[in-house]
Parts: sequence; C-alpha cells; structure tokens
Amino acid sequence: MAGPTTKVLFDPLVNNNPITLQILGICSALAVTTTLKGSLLMCLALTAVLVFANGTISMIRHHIPGNIRIIVQMTIIASLVIVTDQFLKAFAAETSKQLSVFVGLIITNCIVLGRAEAFATKNPIGLSMLDGLGNAMGYSLILIIVGTLRELLGSGSLLGYPVLPLSTAGGWFHPIGIMLLPPSAFFIIGLLIWGLRTWKTEQVEKPQYQIHQVHRTEVI
Amino acid sequence: MEAYLSLFVRSVFVENLALAFFLGMCTFLAISNKIETAIGLGVAVVVVQVITVPVNNLIFHYLLSEGALAWAGVAEIDLSFLGLITYIGVIAAMVQILEMTLDRYFPALYNALGIFLPLITVNCAILGGTLFMVERDYAFGESVVYGLGSGFGWALAITALAGLREKLKYSDVPDGLQGLGITFITVGLMSLGFMAFSGIQL
Repeated sequence: MAGPTTKVLFDPLVNNNPITLQILGICSALAVTTTLKGSLLMCLALTAVLVFANGTISMIRHHIPGNIRIIVQMTIIASLVIVTDQFLKAFAAETSKQLSVFVGLIITNCIVLGRAEAFATKNPIGLSMLDGLGNAMGYSLILIIVGTLRELLGSGSLLGYPVLPLSTAGGWFHPIGIMLLPPSAFFIIGLLIWGLRTWKTEQVEKPQYQIHQVHRTEVI
Repeated sequence: MEAYLSLFVRSVFVENLALAFFLGMCTFLAISNKIETAIGLGVAVVVVQVITVPVNNLIFHYLLSEGALAWAGVAEIDLSFLGLITYIGVIAAMVQILEMTLDRYFPALYNALGIFLPLITVNCAILGGTLFMVERDYAFGESVVYGLGSGFGWALAITALAGLREKLKYSDVPDGLQGLGITFITVGLMSLGFMAFSGIQL
C-alpha cells in the first residue's frame, strides 16, 4: 500500500507540506486567498505548471548541463506560465484580473523551482509528475483552507454566494473586516502551522536558544 | 517632483512589497535570523530592483507593448505575451552581470553580497516590482523611483523583522509555534503596523 508512488503523492499533503514545512511558495498563498474563487483558480494554475514543469525537466534531466540548469529550468517554467496566463485571460478574464500579477509570479514561486531542483532533476518522469501533483495538492490544501476562512469570516459568503446572513442585510453576522486585509493571512497560516505541529510533533523546530537544558514541563 | 516623492513614500510604506503584497516571502522568512545578513540581502535587493525595473520599463515600452515596434516600421505587432519570459531573462542576466561587475571592481562589496545575489533571481519581489510597473503603466522616471522605493521598503521590512527575531529567540514560545509559526505571527503584527500608513497622501 505505502509504496513509493503513494508516498510521493501523499506525503506533501500533511507530512511534508510545501507551505508549512518546506517554506516554499508562501507569497501567493497569502496574497490570493481573500476569496475562495481566487484561491481555487490559483491552485489550478499552479498544479498545471508544477506537474508539467516537473515532467518536462525530468524528461531532459540527462541533457541539461549542470552549470546552466537554473536558466534552463526558468525558461521552461516561464513558458508554461505564459501558456497558463494566456489561458486564464481567455477563459476566466474576471478572476484573472483579480489575481493580477500573481499568476505571472508563479515563475518565481519557489515551489516550482524548488521541486524541479530537489526532485525532478533526479527522478524519472512518472514519479516527478506525481511529485508535482502531490506538492500542488499540499499547496492547494492550505490555500483552500485559508481562502475559505477568509472569505467566510471576511464577507460572509463562499464563492460569492452568501452563506452567513450579513447584519447589513438584516442577519446576525457582522463581517470581520480584518480577514480581508493582509495581516489576517499571516495570522491564519501561523495558527495553521501551530495546529499542524501540535498534531505532528516531529515537525516542531528546535529552539535556537534554550535557557534551561531540561524540558519545560519537568521544571514545573 | 512631489509626484515622485509621493510615489516613493507610497511604495516604501503603504504598498510595501513584503508586508502588503507578500512578495519575496520565502527569502524574507528564511534569511531573517541575523540583522547583518538581512541588511546585506536588503541592499542587494535595492540595487537589483533599481536596475531591473527601469530596464524592463524600457523593454516594455520600446519592444513589447502594443505598437511599440513602430520605430522599426512594424506598428501592428503586440508582443506583450512574451513579457514574463523576457522579464525573468532580464532579471537573471542583470543579476549575473552585476555579480561579475562587483567581482571585478568592488571585491569587498562582492564578498558582502556575493552569496545573496543568485538568490535574488528567484525572489518574487524583483519580478513583482516589474509586473506592478507594467500593470500600472509607469513612465521611465516613475519606474526608477518605484524601483528604488519598493526595494528600499523590502529592505526595511526584512531588517526590522531580523531585529525582532534576534530578540524573539530568547522568549519562551509554545513548541508548535517555534520557528516558522511565531515568525508568521510576528510578520502579521508588523503588517498590521504598516497598515497604519495606508491612506497617507503627500
């Protein structure tokens, strides 16, 4: 059951999540999550780019000279992002405008280059594409959670449909304005990391500076 | 002149690349443990940003935008879809040239910035600056000011965060929040502070 394929595909979901553990691709995770629709579209765009970038780079991994590999990878990724960007402009013009520069910024999204460098340059095509898919799912999971929370609490709706009755329209829910502003994204991801690491304690980082050598609970 | 000053202040404080648009977050979180390294990286970002944003501005206006090739006699071509790949190419090339120039003429500065320069190619703050410049249609003069301001704002934010984190390591943080978690909360509070600048007009 837990063969290498399953491991490659599902590890990035919780155990090795690109955002909360590998610190990759945080920029867009924070910026596009004010609405769920934006988050979903961003996830789709990133999944497409990541899977194909990993596949392409893995395909030519024996032919890329080591010292110019970053530029080759960048060119491949940039071409894929251009295709995605044009596609979104053609079929989802409104949301694409709302995402503004962040589709373009998938190029410098560290997930894509990070996975290409760490995985695709060393593994065969099939496994690399699965790794891309797995990491894209891990990224999407966080984006969807954050996007849902921010849209629900910030404007009382999901995907643009009202869910919680707003107080301005006679309901009981008073929208929490800060959820739509930048700081809330930091707080939500910070708290998500806290929750995740309380559950999966092996992900806890070592403190840089320890006053007591013994553990806190033992002191008490 | 006032317009430039206003743009500078806006790009440093109100529209801070790191704290309002979350750009360059990966480097921002990863390399903010020590003040010295944060300042080094900040200076490198300012330098690269001041060079690449105006250069990309020229490229956009004279090569890529619709009708930009009129000087070559072909007015009806719109190459703006090639923008992304061109900008990243320019950024990578600029970083490489800057690295070689510094190595040749300013070895001291090269040793200080050296390790950070390659990292900057994949820093989304740099590409983000260029894309915002294109989206907002800045003229050449504005793009110089915007490059300087946005780079400076990013440098300011990472230096401030590094200062906070140097003190923060002596505090007793819950286990699960240790490291990345508490950094996120700190950056959130900083971003909240920077929001106080919003609405400032000069």
